[in-house]
Amino acid sequence: MTTLSDPPGGSFRLSMLLNDTRYRSYTFQFIALVIVLGIFGYLGSNLMANLRAAGLNISYGFLGESSNYDINQTLIDYNSRSTHWRAALVGVLNTMLVALLACVTATIIGVIAGVLRLSPNWLVRKLMAGYVEAFRNVPVLIWIIIIFTIMTAVLPAPSAYRGEDPTASMLFGAIAFTNRGLYLPAPVWGPGSLFLGLVFLASIIGVFAYRRYAKKLLFDTGKLLPMGWPSLAILILPTLLFYFILGRPITLDYPALAGFNFQGGTQILGSLIALWWALAIYTGAFIAENVRAGIQSVSKGQAEAAASLGMRPRRIMNLVVLPQALRVIIPPLISNYLNITKNSSLAIAVGYMDITGTLGGITLNQTGRAIECILLLMAFYLAISLAISALMNVYNNAMQLKER
Amino acid sequence: MSDTHQQSIGYVRDSMLPEATPPLGEVGAIRWMRANLFSSIANGALTLASLFVLYHLISGVLPWALNGVWDAPSIRACREILDGNTGGCFAVLTERWNQLLFGFQYPSEIYWRPTLAFVLLFVAIAPVLFRKVFPLRMLVFSALYPFIAYYLIWGGSILIPVFALLGFVAGYLVYSRFVAQSFAAGFFGGILAAFVFWYVTGFLPIEGVLALQVVESRNMGGFMLNLILGTVCVSLSIPFGIALALGRQSDMPIIKWICILFIEFIRGVPLITLLFVANVVLAYFLPPGTNFDLILRVIIMITMFASAYIAEVIRGGLAALPKGQYEAGDSLGLDYAQSMRLIILPQALKISIPGIVNVSVGLFKDTTLVSVISMFDLVGMIRGPILASTDWNGVYWELLGFAAVLFFIVCYGISQYSQWLERQLQTDHR
Repeated sequence: MTTLSDPPGGSFRLSMLLNDTRYRSYTFQFIALVIVLGIFGYLGSNLMANLRAAGLNISYGFLGESSNYDINQTLIDYNSRSTHWRAALVGVLNTMLVALLACVTATIIGVIAGVLRLSPNWLVRKLMAGYVEAFRNVPVLIWIIIIFTIMTAVLPAPSAYRGEDPTASMLFGAIAFTNRGLYLPAPVWGPGSLFLGLVFLASIIGVFAYRRYAKKLLFDTGKLLPMGWPSLAILILPTLLFYFILGRPITLDYPALAGFNFQGGTQILGSLIALWWALAIYTGAFIAENVRAGIQSVSKGQAEAAASLGMRPRRIMNLVVLPQALRVIIPPLISNYLNITKNSSLAIAVGYMDITGTLGGITLNQTGRAIECILLLMAFYLAISLAISALMNVYNNAMQLKER
Repeated sequence: MSDTHQQSIGYVRDSMLPEATPPLGEVGAIRWMRANLFSSIANGALTLASLFVLYHLISGVLPWALNGVWDAPSIRACREILDGNTGGCFAVLTERWNQLLFGFQYPSEIYWRPTLAFVLLFVAIAPVLFRKVFPLRMLVFSALYPFIAYYLIWGGSILIPVFALLGFVAGYLVYSRFVAQSFAAGFFGGILAAFVFWYVTGFLPIEGVLALQVVESRNMGGFMLNLILGTVCVSLSIPFGIALALGRQSDMPIIKWICILFIEFIRGVPLITLLFVANVVLAYFLPPGTNFDLILRVIIMITMFASAYIAEVIRGGLAALPKGQYEAGDSLGLDYAQSMRLIILPQALKISIPGIVNVSVGLFKDTTLVSVISMFDLVGMIRGPILASTDWNGVYWELLGFAAVLFFIVCYGISQYSQWLERQLQTDHR
């Protein structure tokens, strides 16, 4: 820090290592390095001694062995004869699934709540403030347990849907809320559905093309084309048309009671719903605060300037306020996504089989390979965090105010 | 001029009219409702929707809360008393009150000790939180409090906390002796002196002097465990966080990289994996035969976790200071330690207060995670011994609601305090 040059003394003396600012930092760094290496060496030697005493070793061979346990929700093929490695992979995908669902839902909840916190309506403002404070100040673990309790202890058993006079009935005749999870209709992809998918994809591209054309027309000639309903029409109509031309290739498979449980459709486990919604509502409260701060950070003069140029309120929001607010909102939003991913490890509290439940839970307990499992677990989360923060840096650099 | 009009105008008012009352729609509650609730159709719809939600919330919760049973031995007795009516079974709170607060293994005849420690916590923390209200001398008690609290909660010979305290005193004496020469000499000399003192007194026979009944760490539980973990880890992590933040800002590449690696590693993994480390892995890294307390291992891990986050907050504060402040320190001829202590840190810490409080609140909430590694904190007590008992199997909402309310009170209180403090510390002119 100090840049005062010391008087050039004669030859090097040992005391200069401590008293001379030119050499002192080397001394400190050397000491720090020795201490850190010493600690690691000490821990490592202890580890070696302990492992030798217990007759263990560090080896990742167990990943190739058969896992011998079942996982109740898998996105890829898996059975109890699959390897531990496969089980870990199932866990990774389950983590990703719940994180993705929670991120999307939390963003929607957070944006709505954040905007409503600035509403001119007193009651709505207070209600949203209550939501934000209530959810920010209570541990997410308690919310996960509360929603899990609703899913398992309050909802009726599948047997309640049976008989002449059932105590529970399905929502729209298609969705059943039971204590074994949520049963939804599942799409059945018949022949021709691939073509239908392609048509839908093409119409998405069509929407973008139309918008681009409208923008170009606006800039070239000043003619303003309507945006809303043509986009919607391009998006929906061709797909709908081909759906009927091809003779309804996609049908729904409704869940139906068979014996003691529902058959058909897709089952969403109660633990997934608990984790998903608890994380979404909890993080949504944080996102709401970010959104509010972002909108408030845009100075009032910006909106007023736009209004004095004759812009309409919606255009002011879309073209002036939001682009500036997003610059403030997005970085904390991404770190909230990171928090969701890390908090999804609480899955273990409700028995959802994410990576912490498979690799850090059952695999660890079955094989006793604690060090290896936890190292892999940490490496996975670290990789995700570093990837997301790298993305964030790229975004921040791209979004920085371009000063000319 | 006035003469000319004297004839043409029949009547000229020579006094002001009294102010007319505003129309009924423009005063009081009606005006307020018009402005705030029904300013437009969309707004009115929103209001009605919110009223609908509020009505459902209140009509759902209120009868349950007001009609609750507070005195019953089990859930079956509770349901008999309620006789089919809506009502909460709050009797579980009164019956298991001590378990919720202290865990199920803390000896019941000495509940007064943690209770006293809890009350003294307020006495100790008050002069720290409200500097202007309380006399400065009370800070002495705040400094003594950790040792008193340890003695009260864990028990054992009084000489343990006394020697721990004397070690700090010895360290401080050495520090003040050498700090005039060089901060580094005083700082490291002080640390060395404290450790030497503790090492030497470790050989003394200290058993049984003024001893309270010993309580093992594994017998701690309930909300007390959350409070212990929260307060200890937050107060320990602030100095570590400052050190890490300064290290990360340092010009010395090796120290800088050690700090960056530590901070980024800790921030990249979830707390639960660190707790797993404390639970199952840490024992492998300690000398064979050492039997380390689980609560201590957890405290170490949570402190590491919190320090990394607090370091990032303080780094933000350091970065937010104008460069002129650093240069001013240098131009006054202060060395690194002096300029940090006297100029940079007081300002940087002030900027970081909201962030530090956020981290602390988050940390306090995260102490519930220890229930995952089978420690019986408040959540662990509820999910474990209480809900699993035959008497109270099925009393979910009362217990979970109680836990939520308890955490809400503490966390909301802390965040309100931090907002108040921010206003107090605002010395710049706005």
